[in-house]
Amino acid sequence: MTASVPAGLILIAAGLLWPLVPRAARGWLLLAAPVLAFLQLLSLQVGARVEIEAFGTVLQLVRVDKLSLAFGYVFLIAAFLNAIFAWHVREGPEPAAAMVYAGAAVAAVFAGDVLTLFVFWELTAVASAVVVWAQGSRRAYAAGMRYLIVHLASGMLLAAGAALRYAETGSLAFDYIGLASPGGALILAAIGIKCAFPLLHNWLQDAYPEASATGTVVLSAFTTKLGIYALARAYPGTEMLIWIGTLMTAFPIFYAVIENDLRRVLAYSVNNQLGFMVVGIGLGTDLGVNGAVAHAFADILFKSLLLMSMGALLLRAGTAKGSELGGLYKSMPWTSGFCIVGAASISGVPLFAAFVTKSMILVSAAEQGHLWVWLALLFASAGVVEHAGIKIPFFGFFGHDSGIRCREAPANMLVAMALAAALCIGIGSFPGVLYAVLPRAMDYSPYTGSHVLAQLQLLFFAVIGVFWLMRMGVYPPERRSVNLDFDWLYRRFGAWLLAGLTVAVGACNAAVARAWRGAAQRSVIWIKELHGSEAVLARTWTTGSLALWVAAMLAMYLLVVYL
Amino acid sequence: MKPDGRKYWLDDPRNVTKIYRGLWAIGLGLVLLDVIVHRHAEAGFDGLFGFYGLYGFVGIVVLVLGAKLLRRAVMRPEDYYDR
Repeated sequence: MTASVPAGLILIAAGLLWPLVPRAARGWLLLAAPVLAFLQLLSLQVGARVEIEAFGTVLQLVRVDKLSLAFGYVFLIAAFLNAIFAWHVREGPEPAAAMVYAGAAVAAVFAGDVLTLFVFWELTAVASAVVVWAQGSRRAYAAGMRYLIVHLASGMLLAAGAALRYAETGSLAFDYIGLASPGGALILAAIGIKCAFPLLHNWLQDAYPEASATGTVVLSAFTTKLGIYALARAYPGTEMLIWIGTLMTAFPIFYAVIENDLRRVLAYSVNNQLGFMVVGIGLGTDLGVNGAVAHAFADILFKSLLLMSMGALLLRAGTAKGSELGGLYKSMPWTSGFCIVGAASISGVPLFAAFVTKSMILVSAAEQGHLWVWLALLFASAGVVEHAGIKIPFFGFFGHDSGIRCREAPANMLVAMALAAALCIGIGSFPGVLYAVLPRAMDYSPYTGSHVLAQLQLLFFAVIGVFWLMRMGVYPPERRSVNLDFDWLYRRFGAWLLAGLTVAVGACNAAVARAWRGAAQRSVIWIKELHGSEAVLARTWTTGSLALWVAAMLAMYLLVVYL
Repeated sequence: MKPDGRKYWLDDPRNVTKIYRGLWAIGLGLVLLDVIVHRHAEAGFDGLFGFYGLYGFVGIVVLVLGAKLLRRAVMRPEDYYDR
């Protein structure tokens, strides 16, 4: 395999070929593409480049360094897991779009210049919108449309920022950018949309839960982590990110407590986990940036696992709403078990993934003297235990028995969940393997007696806190509801504004039309009065009176000449 | 109550209570370990006896009560955006 074929293009080609191959071969095609691309990555050397000349400049299609490799590996693992999880889907646009989407994300993390990045940035937006639409309902169509608008806006900001920087520096290179120039601020805004910064976040909770059982798993892996990759490359050490990230960890968890749709709970959880990564990048230390990359890596795996278990629930029980579910462990024991592994991984139980990744970011925050940030992150970590560690498995599979009895998830879904679970435990138990692919050099070991004990105390008392509140009857029950978030501003207030404007413009329009009609009618009447069959100018005159008037005119003429 | 007629261990509320009490026992045991294991303090005050347990418990209670208040402000019927 030559290095000149970018790994992402292998996936994109597989996605485009998918509709053309026989049904029986479709699953294998999607399985083979990430494996081939992964072998391709393994053959790449750090420092390798693939450059082409286009648009009068040199574009760097592939730029290999440890940062792009780390994201490349995990994106391909996610694409592989998705191919297994969606093995049974042989129709419709979703599998092809999902593979193109994954390929675009892989290609984007290897892009060495902003123009190449922009092309794949937009391709992820369009392909992922197709994944949302593939669910087929009107709600999914509307949510996908909102999603696409937001992401195309992100692409425009990226293009505008890149153009400003090009005018300023004459370079398209995508390396450290920082906030020193206006172009840098625009690019940060573009990345901020992908990373779901506060107030730019609602596309995530809006669109992800509207996709299909398999689609949401795909969506959770790529877009936001592509944002984290871009942030880690272009804005490490930007102090503002520490505060933005802290807000992201702490705010969505309140919504996660009261949200009924368990897939939407996980969408809020994505937002919260992204916050930890953004803080790590904002700190800019070796430990912080490594923590962000490691946590992105781990989050893709355990968030996929959790969403796979919810997808299996949706497929078998017909819903992923907490108010309708409960007691499903009786019907789906394996899925419940994998869900618990995902819950333990995201909560940071020792030997599970987040214990060895998120902790780097907290340690780095404490080392840098950011006490309040550290306390907020610790609070958010307890919050993760509540909504992802307890709520997801408890309301999905345990809790009050809903009476639903169904079959266990299909074999391909169980295999995908088992692999994801194995990876989560593998990372948590043997962190050295993950630490080896991180971009910066560091000296950190998560397994100290002190760290294990502190984390176990936090976890156990967070769990006890939840069950204590439940037994006290204080814990808010799951209700069929929606919770208003910032998207209310454009989904409701914006709609009202538009409706109001429509009425106002309509009224103006009608008044102007009325005025015109009145004026036209009046002029018709006036013309009739003047030129109508009985009017002054249309009257027939006698020859005698005409001769008299001509004589009068001649007399006037004589007077004017001789006076 | 149980459509398939099978009785599961967790169906008995007494067993759930056992688990709940078990959690308290393990949690308190972990806090008591503070006496034996010297925890390396990351931020200074987290070296205090039982800091993480207390912070986790209080954090969750604050989170859930805060979310209940938030629910009063933002909860709407399920078809809110479809109307």
